[in-house]
Amino acid sequence: MSHTLAEKLIAAHLPEEREVWPGELVEVMVDLVLSNDITAPIAIREFEKLGVERVFDPERVVMVPDHFAPAKDIESAEQCRAMRQFARRQGMTNYREVGRMGIEHVLLPEQGMVAPGEMIVGADSHTCTYGALGAFATGMGSTDIAVAMATGRIWMRVPETIRIVYHGRLQRWVGGKDLILYTIGQIGVSGARYKAIEFVGPAIESLSMDGRLTMANMAIEAGAKVGLIEVDDTTREYVDGRAMRPYQVYQADADATYAQVIEIDASQIEPQVAFPHLPENARPVSEAGNVPIDQVVIGSCTNGRLDDLRVVDDILGGLQVHPDVRCIIIPGSQQVYLDAMREGLLDDFVEAGAAVSTPTCGPCLGGHMGVLASGERAVSTTNRNFRGRMGHPESEVYLAGPAVAAASAVLGRVAGPQEVMS
Amino acid sequence: MKLRGQVWKYGDNVDTDAIIPARFLNLSTPGELAPHCMEDVDPSFASTVKSGDVIVAGENFGCGSSREHAPLAIRGAGVSCIVARSFARIFYRNAINVGLPILECPAAAGDAERGHELEVALETGEVRNLTTGRVFQAEGYPPFMMEIIDAGGLVPYTRGRIEAGS
Repeated sequence: MSHTLAEKLIAAHLPEEREVWPGELVEVMVDLVLSNDITAPIAIREFEKLGVERVFDPERVVMVPDHFAPAKDIESAEQCRAMRQFARRQGMTNYREVGRMGIEHVLLPEQGMVAPGEMIVGADSHTCTYGALGAFATGMGSTDIAVAMATGRIWMRVPETIRIVYHGRLQRWVGGKDLILYTIGQIGVSGARYKAIEFVGPAIESLSMDGRLTMANMAIEAGAKVGLIEVDDTTREYVDGRAMRPYQVYQADADATYAQVIEIDASQIEPQVAFPHLPENARPVSEAGNVPIDQVVIGSCTNGRLDDLRVVDDILGGLQVHPDVRCIIIPGSQQVYLDAMREGLLDDFVEAGAAVSTPTCGPCLGGHMGVLASGERAVSTTNRNFRGRMGHPESEVYLAGPAVAAASAVLGRVAGPQEVMS
Repeated sequence: MKLRGQVWKYGDNVDTDAIIPARFLNLSTPGELAPHCMEDVDPSFASTVKSGDVIVAGENFGCGSSREHAPLAIRGAGVSCIVARSFARIFYRNAINVGLPILECPAAAGDAERGHELEVALETGEVRNLTTGRVFQAEGYPPFMMEIIDAGGLVPYTRGRIEAGS
């Protein structure tokens, strides 16, 4: 029988050999279990209630201090310490400390800790990022992750799949972030609730790995369980030489059954901006009107990769950040930081008047490194613009890709790259 | 078991930053989190909610982050259950896992208003609005999930399985 990619990936991780169908509740064997400094402390607490001494495989349980790390206050330092001590006690080989880490969803693909065909669960909703590698990857809570850490297994419901086909060639300055914001604008924040998404078509094939990771990252913002992109030459080129484990490639059957098929003419999509307070409030940046801003944040698990910083440099390099704007640029990992430094991008950013930080999730969730005051507005390359997400409940977040963020930093208002580059 | 309490009514897409703002994620127990539950959207909630009260909401309740702090904060505040038109996927799992009852029942969610008195029978899924007198039937749980609920959450359920050697 014919199956979607999500169904095949789940079936491949069952203890027994059989097909699966949407709606079934199954128990899967996982390849990697992830948590971070805010979700791991609860997961460890629940793990210890299970009556198990050791994690199922210390190479396959990963913890990353990234949200409130480097520790922003004493409570956060305690949480980081609890996680660090657990990682040491368990002999976890893939624990990465501050100074050697990155934002988890930038770090794991970059370091080859996740690979195509795998089953990855993480106590972080943006675990779905690895769908870009053709892996089944989904976010869960700390208790689920505690059970997965102990047993190497977890239950899940086999999702229906929405197939989204992106036709045509992308316009200049349009990237993965614009495609996903546009898509969420079309289907809404619960448009793919409980479902898998397959992103396909020529416009997806033309994206770099970094652009694909951006798209899959925000599948959760449409309510999806996972956002999948099939393995192709771009994926193989990225994964080969990085992947820590041998991997297998799965593909959707041509006549698989989909809950919905959506066709999008990607050549018509302009750079996007999502207005407060939901990611579905996307519109073309040319229709933004005059929205003055106080801050720009460039980074995060959505847009903290090298390609993103290169786009920023194409626009910001040689110019100055607007006098009324604080522009904070956060490379997503130590490697991205190093690469950006070697390419001269960081020189350009500092000379433009931007602040450059060590990797952290910090400002994305109003944690540290750029919290907003009452009434302040930010353009941010992050993934959520819920009320109060980046600070005061009366602050506002406008989501965009790196090109719009850089142009906005220069002009001091929500602006498209064309306005700066023409 | 019958739960009974007053309704706190919210709209669609109540996100996890609304339920427990991220600035409090350096805390992790229900008792520490509860005073900040719904703080940015309904500042009166945490100080006036009474044990047993019911949250009623629209579509996609709990969307956003995977933070288990969200159902923990709600449970810590004394809320006995949540009735919504629909729930976000991760929040749904988390609530079941930590033993916070949640029911999908669009009709009951549409009928209830803030301050109404609700009675919820968890075994049958019957939601009775004592203020309007109307009675509704919520979606049932699949048998597997019922086993987790009956065990008192995913951890006791799994512990039982580990001890039984399966």
